Parts: sequence; structure tokens; C-alpha cells
Amino acid sequence: MLARVTTFAIDGIESRRVTVEVDIRQGLPAFNVVGLGDKAVREARERVRAAILNSGFAFPQARITANLAPAYLRKAGPGFDLAIAVGVLAAAGAIPPEALTRWAVFGELSLGGQLRPCGGTLAVAEGAAQCGIPGLVVPEERGPEAALVSGVDVAAADSLSAVVRLLAQGEHPPPVDPPPGPQAGAAETDVDLADVRGQEHVTNGLIIAAAGGHNLLMSGSPGTGKTMLARRLPTILPPLEHEEALEVTRIHSVAGLTPPSGLVAFRPFRAPHHTISAPGLVGGGTVPVPGEASLAHLGVLFLDELSEFSRGALEALRQPLEDGRVAIVRSQRTAVYPTRFMLVAATNPCPCGYAGDDHRRCACTAADHAKHRRKLSGPLLDRIDVLLDVRRPSAAELAGAGTSTSSQEARERVIAARERQLHRAGRCNGHLTGTEIRHFAAPDDRGARMLRRAYEDGHISARGHHRVLRVARTVADLAGRDDVLGQDVALALSLRHDHAVGREAA
Amino acid sequence: MTFGGAACDACLRRAWLLGRLSGHIEIARRAHAVLPELLALPSSRLLAAVGGTYREEIEAQLARVDIEEQRRKAITAGLAVTCRHDEAYPPQLRDAGDAPAALYVAGRLEALPQIADPDQRTIAIVGARRASREGLEVARALGRDLALAGVPVISGMALGVDAAAQRGALDGGGLSVAVLGGGADVAYPPSKARLHDALLERGLVVSELPPGTSPRRWTFPARNRVIAALADLTVVVEAAERSGSLITADLALRLGRDVAAVPGSVVSPQTAGSNALLRDGATLVRGVDDVLDALYGAGAAPSVPRGAGETLEPQLVEMLDVIRSGHTTIEALATATGDDVSTVLIGLTELELRGLVQREPGGRYAVRL
Repeated sequence: MLARVTTFAIDGIESRRVTVEVDIRQGLPAFNVVGLGDKAVREARERVRAAILNSGFAFPQARITANLAPAYLRKAGPGFDLAIAVGVLAAAGAIPPEALTRWAVFGELSLGGQLRPCGGTLAVAEGAAQCGIPGLVVPEERGPEAALVSGVDVAAADSLSAVVRLLAQGEHPPPVDPPPGPQAGAAETDVDLADVRGQEHVTNGLIIAAAGGHNLLMSGSPGTGKTMLARRLPTILPPLEHEEALEVTRIHSVAGLTPPSGLVAFRPFRAPHHTISAPGLVGGGTVPVPGEASLAHLGVLFLDELSEFSRGALEALRQPLEDGRVAIVRSQRTAVYPTRFMLVAATNPCPCGYAGDDHRRCACTAADHAKHRRKLSGPLLDRIDVLLDVRRPSAAELAGAGTSTSSQEARERVIAARERQLHRAGRCNGHLTGTEIRHFAAPDDRGARMLRRAYEDGHISARGHHRVLRVARTVADLAGRDDVLGQDVALALSLRHDHAVGREAA
Repeated sequence: MTFGGAACDACLRRAWLLGRLSGHIEIARRAHAVLPELLALPSSRLLAAVGGTYREEIEAQLARVDIEEQRRKAITAGLAVTCRHDEAYPPQLRDAGDAPAALYVAGRLEALPQIADPDQRTIAIVGARRASREGLEVARALGRDLALAGVPVISGMALGVDAAAQRGALDGGGLSVAVLGGGADVAYPPSKARLHDALLERGLVVSELPPGTSPRRWTFPARNRVIAALADLTVVVEAAERSGSLITADLALRLGRDVAAVPGSVVSPQTAGSNALLRDGATLVRGVDDVLDALYGAGAAPSVPRGAGETLEPQLVEMLDVIRSGHTTIEALATATGDDVSTVLIGLTELELRGLVQREPGGRYAVRL
């Protein structure tokens, strides 16, 4: 007997249709899986056998061959378990073949026959919809995620026997509702910008960076609250649009990070440790998986202790920062992951961390400073528009009330400023090109004079010139002005990082 | 070329010997030989003192040295040479018993007569390599203001105070003279290569060692004696208890030169040495006027042309005053002036662009002197 079951393989953040063919014929009992699977696919044999037996079905004592077609596509992970098991049962006659034309199945099996969630369900559901398959069986926990896709009847089953009941007897498990869309309330956590004490210039800077989508560097001694501030950035960004939330969920799902609700409703905040490798940061592996840069897509990628990251990891961030996507090229195929994140980096002002601190003396030599500066400079800094100097708040500031700006107020200003930008240029000021800057961010006479002077006196570089104008454009947008005035340029200049990172006097 | 100087064969021979014996002197110093006395020895006795087993070999080499080749080497390296017996040699150097025989000079050679002129007062500014921000700012401002007053500034191009003073003097458009511990063509420390280039272009770089000689530990105190002897007044900015700057001050006192110091905090070890100089009677320096008074006598000093330049808007003047009174963070400034943070930042940028304040780590602004 031959049975055909439709399932899907994850490829990048999309899925590709895979047909599992199971053939049972007389011969010495054997169970082989072919079709370019990885180790998890080969191990599926043991899980499938145990799951079938423990679910109370008979396992055919015959020669069983399962083929995952197309054979050229590399298949990874345990998501093929259910399809193989259903194929075996169908070939043995326990499931009628007609049912298999209407349903695709996807999921990992436990030895006891339960269905376990596995990554990429959203992509699979989208694949099923595209292929015109009317129904999709997924593990119960992933039901809401699959239900996000319209046009597919989602059956969220908890076990192999439930799947058999559905396919053989048409006993549909309770339907699942798609999760609610992204909420206007901004972040996952209950952090709020209003928690920040003192440091008004820093909260202002955060709002400017958020409004223009400017990458940001915070410099300050240990314990000055750089991480605390970075965590509040997602709360002042505009909430995700439904389409954006789907985009983020697709990536998180492939990485196996879907939240229980099934939809990533908030802008992600990713803070990888500085020991991370380049593939960990941008994605990689023999079968490519998304890296932190992609998991931060449409959210915030926070790199604490920027100077401690390996050169290779930071170099690898160049393409993602520049193109908003990263291509992982493997001999078989290329996986492309989107990476439009806002970069927030933090660094100590010097190797010992205490340059400019009120309470501790900096123990670094000029050579230490120079080394620190060298480590920080480079391609990444070119992509950063805003530098914020963070300082330990004074006792009076700590005891006082938080800043008057709440996340909600800030977010409203950010949304208004972004609307102006999108209307004008179709993109955030942080992504304006040189031509667009000349076109949209030309300052008035006073601003031009200031820039000229700053350039001539060596305060900014040629690239820094562009960065300052981009930020000045955002400052004007926040003020609701079309013209970029001298005061906007002045404020933008106070946020520049040219010759300011790891600086020493004289 | 306006440089009319030339070095005699004997002095060039001596300079060659110093370069040749550099390593030997280093070893002798480790055995506690006293540097000024070593350098005061005539060549044959110096060779006997430090040559060790190589004495005869070096003696033979010394006899064979091609002096013309030495001259050519200097020219190739872009250096001019003068010597004790030459008119261009700064006469005040001869006060020292261990004065260098030959002096290699690079840079704006036509400026050399300025420091050789007995009527022209000169200043040395020396201090800690690891100086505080304030110390560096004071050194830079002193260098700049002295340059504006037409006083040549001499220092050692070391990290920290030395480099800040030399940079300041260059910025002030005056004569900045670096005395190096290696060959005058060798930029040491390497991180000051840009300063070295600027000095070659607009200032003077001098050394008693032949071109290409690498500095050694002994060459720094040796260079200090040249700094002390060249200057009429040595100003110490930030010196710890056992600082090389104190060696320079001590050498200056022995030569009968004046020593001045910028006072520092009494609790900071970084300024303990300079404060001790003040206790011992060094002239106290609060700014360029004190230095000029010490050089020319009170009231007789040439005035420093202040950068009149632009007039500041009243609110910027007020902001500058508020910063001076110690409100150095953006938030403190906002509280003190009653403006919002954005207004403060805009004002600070205006001040920064005019070179009146400087942004520092921690969101702090410091007034530039």
C-alpha cells in the first residue's frame, strides 16, 4: 500500500510543500526514511513507532519506506513526525486516503503519542493557504498561531489519536480563535518612561531617536541605567501594525519563540550577550536559522558593552543594518531574513568605566582611551546617529518624582513625528539617503552656518554632517515644523558622536 | 635657508658617541650612575665609565667616524645641527656644565634665533603624563596665552601636560619648541605623531641625539636638563611626588632659573609634587598673567591680546556664568537657568561651537579657559 501525506518544510521564514510518501510491502520488517533529512528526521522513526504503538494502533510488521519529496530539499527538525505517522497508518489502512487530500499535517510526536509544538507553524499555515489545502492539523499549543491565517481550517489536535479521529471519523477538535491583534498599549512589560529619574536630556534623546528611527549609542559608567533606558525604548515606539506583527511572529515562530497567545503583539526587544558569535547575531547554521538581528526585526536590538563584542560579530551586522535584511548563503539555497531593527548600543566611556563619573576616578591611561576609541570606531558607528551621555542621577533626582513624560505621551509625539516623515519621504529620517537629506533636511541659514563651523573646527566629519542633518530633521518633525531651523541643528549637534566617543581631553 | 648654524667635527663626534653609547648609559644608570655627572664627562672618560668590555672597540669606531656622513644623515633626515661653538647655539644652554655638545634642530629653523636671543624670555611648561582634565586644560590655555603674548613655549612633547601645552602654543600661533628624548626626527610617543608633524611645520623640534636614535629611559631626564636650561621659567602643571617634572624643576633651580607651579588639590596625589614646589617657594601660577608677571616683573608684562571676536548673546553669557559656578550637567543647568533641556542643549552647542565650553563624558560640560 502506498499513502501520500502533505506537510511542509521550513525554508528561511517561509515553508515549502513536502509530500511524505509511505510505502508498506511484504518483506523483512524494516522502517526507512529517505529524502535528505537531518538527524532529527532520521530519529523520527523511533518516535513514530512508539507513538503509534502507545496510541493503541498496530505498527505494521513489514518493510516500510517513507520518502520526503521533493528529495533535493534539505529537511530539518522533528516537524515531519506527524506526517510520517499518519502516512504509516494510512498505508496500513487505518486512515482513508480521501481524508489526506483535504488535510495537511504538521507536528512533532512524543513517544506517548502526544503532539508537541514545533517552530514555524505560522509559515506552515501560510504555505497551506497558498497551496490551496483546505485543512491543516497542528499541535494544540500552536492552534492560535495557525489560526492567524485565513482560508485554512485549522484543527488543533493534542495527540496522534485525536488526529486519527479527525481524519478517519471526521471528529473535528474544537475550533480555535485567532489571537487578538497588537494592542495600542506598547510593551510586553510594565516598564514606562515615567520611571526614569532625572536625566531629562536622555529621555528627550530617546524620544528623538525613536521618532526618527535613529540608531543610538549610550555612553555612561556602570550602573547609570543604560539597560534600563534601552528597555523603555520599545514602549515609546509606535505599536505594531497587524501586518508587522505577522511578520515578526513568522520569524519568532521559525525560531521556536512564539508566545503562548500565538502572536507577537509587541515590538521585540533583544539583548544578546556580548560573547555572541556572528552567526548567532545575524543567523546561520548548516540549515539556516534566524539570528538575534532578525528576532529584533521591527523592534530593538540592544548591544550592551559594545566594545566587548567580537570584531567579526559587529562586522556581520553591517549588511543587516544597511539593507534591512540578511542573506545566509548555503550550498543548497539562500535563506533571507528581514532585519529592520533599531540598534541601541551601550558602552562604558572608557575601559575602566568611570571617565566623567562624579564619585570614582577614571583609572585609564591615554593609551587605554585610545584603544577603547579604536575598538568602538568602525563601520557600526557610521550607522549610529545619536549619542547620549548617561550619568548617574544625583540623590535629589532619585528622590524626586520621575520625569513628567510617560511612555504614552512620548509615544504619541513619536507617532505624530513619524507620520510627517512617512508622508514626506516614505521612510524614517534615520534611513534618509544623501540626496533625500539635501532635499528634505536642508537647514536655514543659521543652521547651515553652525554646521559649517562645526565641520571646519573638526567637531564633525563629512559623514557626521549627514547624521546631524538627519537628526535635525527629526527634531523639527517632533516640533511639527517643515523647516529645519538653527535650533534644530544645534540640538542635533549636541547628540553627535563624532570625536566624542571614548574621547579624552586635549 | 636662514639658518646659519653649523656644528664642528668634535661636537658631532660627541653626538655620535652619545648615540652609540645609549645602551651602555642605560645599563650604567641601572647601576646607579648619576646622569648629570655622566653627561658632563669628556668623551674619553665617558667611554671609560660606561664602555665596559666594548670600550676599545667603540674607541676605534669613534676614531673612524665619517663626520661628513653624519652631516649628510642629518640633512637627509631634515635636521640642521648646531653646536656649543656655533653662534646659532642658544647661549643659555651653555650655563649647564653638562650642556649638549651638538643640537639637532628640525622645523621652522628661522625661529631658532628667538630662543637663542638673550632678550627673549622663554617658558617651559611640564607636567604629568596622566593629568586630569583640568590640568590638561590649564596647560593648553597657558600654552595658547603665552603664545599670544609672544613667549616661546618649550616642553617635551610627552603625553598629557607637555603635549597639551605644545598644542596650545601652536593654536595660539606662537613658537612651540619640543625637546625630544630621541632623535628629533623620531616621533615619540608615537601617538603624538600628528603633533610632531605640526611642530615640524610650525614649531621647532630639538634633540642632542643623532637622527634616528630611539629614546631610552635615560634620555628623558637628559632631555629635561635641556628643557630646564633653555627656559627662563619652568612652570609645573600637575606633578606627583616622584615625577619627572620635578626633575626638570630641580635642574632649573640648579641652573638658577625660576620655577613656578599651578596649585592643585591638597588631597590629590597627582598634584602633591607641584604643591610641594609651591610650599618650597615656587611662584604660584593661576593663569597666564602670573606667568608674565614672574617673567617680566609685575605690571611690566606685555598684554595678552584676548580673542575679542564675537559678542555673546546675553543668555549665553548667563549660561557661561552658570557653568562657571559649578552647574556642569545639562539638568543642573536647566534648573539653574530655568530653561528647558532643549534650550539648554541649544545654548551649549552655541557655546561649544565658539570654543567656550567642551562636552565631556557623562553629559557634562566644562568651560574652556
